Amino acid sequence: MIVEQIMKTPVITLQPTNTIAEAIQLVRQLRIRHIPIVDAENHVVGIVTDRDIRDVSPSIFRIHEHLEDLQKPVSMIMKTDVIVGHPLDFVEEVAALFYEHKISCLPIVKDRKLVGIVTETDLLYTLIQLTGAHQPGSHIEIKVPNESGMLSKAAAIIAKRHINIASVLLYPDQDENYKILVFRVQTMNPIGIINDLRNAGYTVLWPNLPGVSS
Amino acid sequence: MKKDCVFVYSDDFLQYKFHDEHPFNQLRVKLTYDLLRAMNALDDEQIVAPRIAMDEELALIHDHSYIEAVKAAGRGELSEQIALNYGLGTEDTPIFPNMHEASALLVGSTLTAVDFVLSGKATHALSLGGGLHHGFRGKASGFCIYNDSAVAIKYIQEKYGLRVLYVDTDAHHGDGVQWAFYDDPNVCTFSIHETGRYLFPGTGNVNERGHGAGYGYSFNIPVDAFTEDESWIDAYTQALREIADFFRPDVILTQNGADAHYYDPLTHLSVTMKTYRVIPKLAHQIAHEYCDGRWIAVGGGGYDIWRVVPRAWALIWLEMTEQSNVSDNLPKSWLDKWQALSPVPLPQQWDDPESLYPPIPRKAEITEKNAQTVEKALYPIRSQRQKANQST
Repeated sequence: MIVEQIMKTPVITLQPTNTIAEAIQLVRQLRIRHIPIVDAENHVVGIVTDRDIRDVSPSIFRIHEHLEDLQKPVSMIMKTDVIVGHPLDFVEEVAALFYEHKISCLPIVKDRKLVGIVTETDLLYTLIQLTGAHQPGSHIEIKVPNESGMLSKAAAIIAKRHINIASVLLYPDQDENYKILVFRVQTMNPIGIINDLRNAGYTVLWPNLPGVSS
Repeated sequence: MKKDCVFVYSDDFLQYKFHDEHPFNQLRVKLTYDLLRAMNALDDEQIVAPRIAMDEELALIHDHSYIEAVKAAGRGELSEQIALNYGLGTEDTPIFPNMHEASALLVGSTLTAVDFVLSGKATHALSLGGGLHHGFRGKASGFCIYNDSAVAIKYIQEKYGLRVLYVDTDAHHGDGVQWAFYDDPNVCTFSIHETGRYLFPGTGNVNERGHGAGYGYSFNIPVDAFTEDESWIDAYTQALREIADFFRPDVILTQNGADAHYYDPLTHLSVTMKTYRVIPKLAHQIAHEYCDGRWIAVGGGGYDIWRVVPRAWALIWLEMTEQSNVSDNLPKSWLDKWQALSPVPLPQQWDDPESLYPPIPRKAEITEKNAQTVEKALYPIRSQRQKANQST
């Protein structure tokens, strides 16, 4: 999946000459946390986050003092070393970027112009879509030896029941000789599949509560 | 026995049948009916025949194209690929002859119950053929074709203009009804179910609270797998009391899926008949406290049709008609009649033995986690009340 498929458009922006007060209003009204700052050509020249705004907002004990400060331009508080992405970037890379740089938003730039934005919220939403958790289905975990071909063998057993697979995840078990296959299957009655898998010698974790046998 | 209750019933409910091996089996309604008759707890004049829902009524919730597809499927005239787009012809909802008529009858049954209560001809009504809470606007899902409960709620709004509290105690999340009214502040949905971590449909998280104007009118309590009576009842009681007090409904519609029982093959909860006594009892109280008695109850899931559903569903009727002080043995005539057909030994008594299942490890943690879930689910109500108390 690429960024183009998950980025938000149009982007709410301000220009460097807009006031801090305007930024505060945008953040509050639209419940957003990041405002890219662009110039007349729509080039990203900075970014203002809700944290930057909080830093310059008066304390709640001094709410009516120094209001003139809020009339200063956002160019005085914006961060200018902005990390940007491209519409063709991979979504996984964006996740790594967020983690590595401890940031939570990525303006997306094409031909040097701002075309979209991806936030942590969008990434999380995408992850939910990828796991298939937004469609009705049952969730089955299968513990398999860490060998090639296990996924297709397990999937073949499910296919025999003509049940659609909404998503598959694969993660290592605590014991490195094993892996856990997670299937989200579109049925309310996975008992048949579970019995087939168990009869074929697989360990099915459903549900998987430590200390409780299923 | 109270006479102003109706039991909507027809043997034709059995027409809603996917195939012999399918877990959804409406024989359970007949078994319940038969149990109540065997103990003389259900009189002829209390039994009402269901009507068939009209297309316009189904269309209160469902897309016309979907209704047409169900009709065509029932006549064997729908191609496999098109059917699959409507969720028809899947493992969960296979196509069967005249599936439209069979499904429309279940909806009509619940509408019949609604009309009896809201026209004042009955205080409470029970439609055990209904409770098909997974049906979507344009798609069959989770054994459900038409969503009788969602249609009934919309019907109540349009015809009677009342505010409905929907209470769903099925072990599966009541997703179809929730999404149908997700942005509507005049319908409050409350579903308590096994967590969607493993179980179908996977939704029903605490944070699903509604959308737009309907934000704050959708409540979900996903309890942990292996939850037992005490913790389940505690969650249900606290939540239903506080939600009813918050919403102040005109009428309540309860969905009574009986699949949270330890015996149920499709779920992992561990409740017993104790829970199935409490569910209708509290619903009954709430109906009288807030709705002048107006209470419509429907069926739902329930896949141990021999050992669990007849007793659990009979208790709804017994509660409605104030005959719920039954205990000890089930009627011998009923046991004799059905034991031969049952693949498992039928329970002999109304209540389950204390030793129904081996002790659940980590019970304390499960109980603690459920209590936290209840707290999260009710947080908006409680904080609102706290604010109101402070300002007075």
